[in-house]
Amino acid sequence: MAEPLLSVERVTCRFGGLVAVNAVSLTADEGCVTGLIGPNGAGKTTLFSIVSGFQRPSDGVVRYRGEAVTGLAPYELARRGIARTFQIVQPFAGLTVRENILVGAHLRHPKRGEALAAADAVGRQLGLGDMLDRPADTLTVAGRKRLELAKALATEPKLLLLDEVLAGLNPTEIRDIVPVIRGLSARGITILMIEHVMQAVMSLSQRIFVLSEGRIIAEGAPAAVAADRAVVEAYLGHGAAKRLGAAHVE
Amino acid sequence: MKGLAAIAAVVAVLAAVPLFVQSNIALNFLVVTLLVALAGQGWNILGGYGGQYSFGHAAFFGTGAYVTAILQVRYGVNAWAGFAAGIAGGAAVGAFIGALTFRAGLRGSYFALVTLAFAEVLRIIASVAPITGAGVGTLIKLDLHPAAMQFESRAVFYWVILALVAVSLVIAHLIERSRFGAWLIAVRENEDAAKALGVNATRVKLGAMTVSAAITAAAGCFYAQYFLFVDSGIAYGTWISVEALLTPIIGGVGTVFGPLIGALAVKALSEGAKLVAGDAPGLSLVVYGCVLVFVIAFAPRGFVGLLAAAYRRLARAPKKREAAHG
Repeated sequence: MAEPLLSVERVTCRFGGLVAVNAVSLTADEGCVTGLIGPNGAGKTTLFSIVSGFQRPSDGVVRYRGEAVTGLAPYELARRGIARTFQIVQPFAGLTVRENILVGAHLRHPKRGEALAAADAVGRQLGLGDMLDRPADTLTVAGRKRLELAKALATEPKLLLLDEVLAGLNPTEIRDIVPVIRGLSARGITILMIEHVMQAVMSLSQRIFVLSEGRIIAEGAPAAVAADRAVVEAYLGHGAAKRLGAAHVE
Repeated sequence: MKGLAAIAAVVAVLAAVPLFVQSNIALNFLVVTLLVALAGQGWNILGGYGGQYSFGHAAFFGTGAYVTAILQVRYGVNAWAGFAAGIAGGAAVGAFIGALTFRAGLRGSYFALVTLAFAEVLRIIASVAPITGAGVGTLIKLDLHPAAMQFESRAVFYWVILALVAVSLVIAHLIERSRFGAWLIAVRENEDAAKALGVNATRVKLGAMTVSAAITAAAGCFYAQYFLFVDSGIAYGTWISVEALLTPIIGGVGTVFGPLIGALAVKALSEGAKLVAGDAPGLSLVVYGCVLVFVIAFAPRGFVGLLAAAYRRLARAPKKREAAHG
């Protein structure tokens, strides 16, 4: 099998006495959507921060295209083709939607004209075509999530890290944005996504890792993970799998 | 192109002023106003576009002034060469302070306080070091020749400072329309988000600080050349740090014309107050304070913001009328 685009090898991250991420290993295969799920406080966002260079791990290695990139600055990783979105969206509030996307587009297009054209194209592709001239802080939550995605996409990444892009959206909005993410994957962008909206993550991902209390407790195809005892217990509490099993038998 | 045309028009109008105004007092007022506008444009590059509020731009102004003066007086260097060296010296001080503060990750008020401290330290050093003339200051010899960058006519000095202001306007315009500018503004708006999009925030801020320092240093060089005298209180005094940040804030931070409009407004008001109330000490500071309170309360985007809003209202009004008729 080909080498994975991203591989996290036994990464540990401690904050004082708290071990937020404990010897976690995971991989994201090129061209696939990989899901990362787990209860609140499991360490998912910390792991993302490590992969995108915002947080230095206490131990372990992050490999991207076979090369160790642990501890590189975020901008260096962005240049190598890793882009991330933030769970709490981070628009440039005082700028228009177009100017927001332009910042990302400038990474691959030093000239303003080309960067503007690229930014417009990305904006239209994500359904922001009518809002390019609006100030970013006038967008709705769904609009801001799309903008967050557009900014990251404008850097023309090979690996896209999505931190809960569906959180806070209503079912209609989720239904609208899922095909967008699927489209990105179809264009060959490798995606690693943290998501709480199970239906979406189960249908989008080819492979899922489950993180609980800083450790990977299960990995595999969506269906297999959903049926995993350890996963059910992590979400619903100790003994839940057994009780559920008993309920099914009745 | 529209931006450059606007700059050309404004500079052309200002350049024509000495053809109609011969009064030395009026020209002197305009020269000082443009000098402050230049220092303010320097501050605007870093503070307005980059969001890094420096309270110590005197460090660059003073370095420019002292380097120009000392090179001429003590080393016999040509005034024009001294002028260029002063700009380079100011830029170097900017790069040095920037490298220390930005690498240490100082932001917001911490950055402001550290820049203030650097300017004060330089002021104290300049007030005791023999090379600066210590407490006595440095006097540049009167030598009214263009080769010595001294001119008999105030009008020529006026055109020189206007040319410097024009260059600073063009620099601001080019920054606005470049990748560097887009990244600088992104850092101002949200540094972490900018980093995630591939922006080397430290380097962008350092670049902005160097350009910013060079422009403010040019104002210092001109000051030395115009008044032919520098001492530590003038060169590194807080007055210039205050005026350099006040003019863009009042005119409109992060806009090409903000510092120029701010300087005209502030200087005109403080001169007007002098006419009415006599030359009471500290009067200009009172005026600055009042204008600043007014701007922060009613026009957070400065006079440029007010003008833009008025223009939008005017542009909309005829359409409404048409709609009413139709």
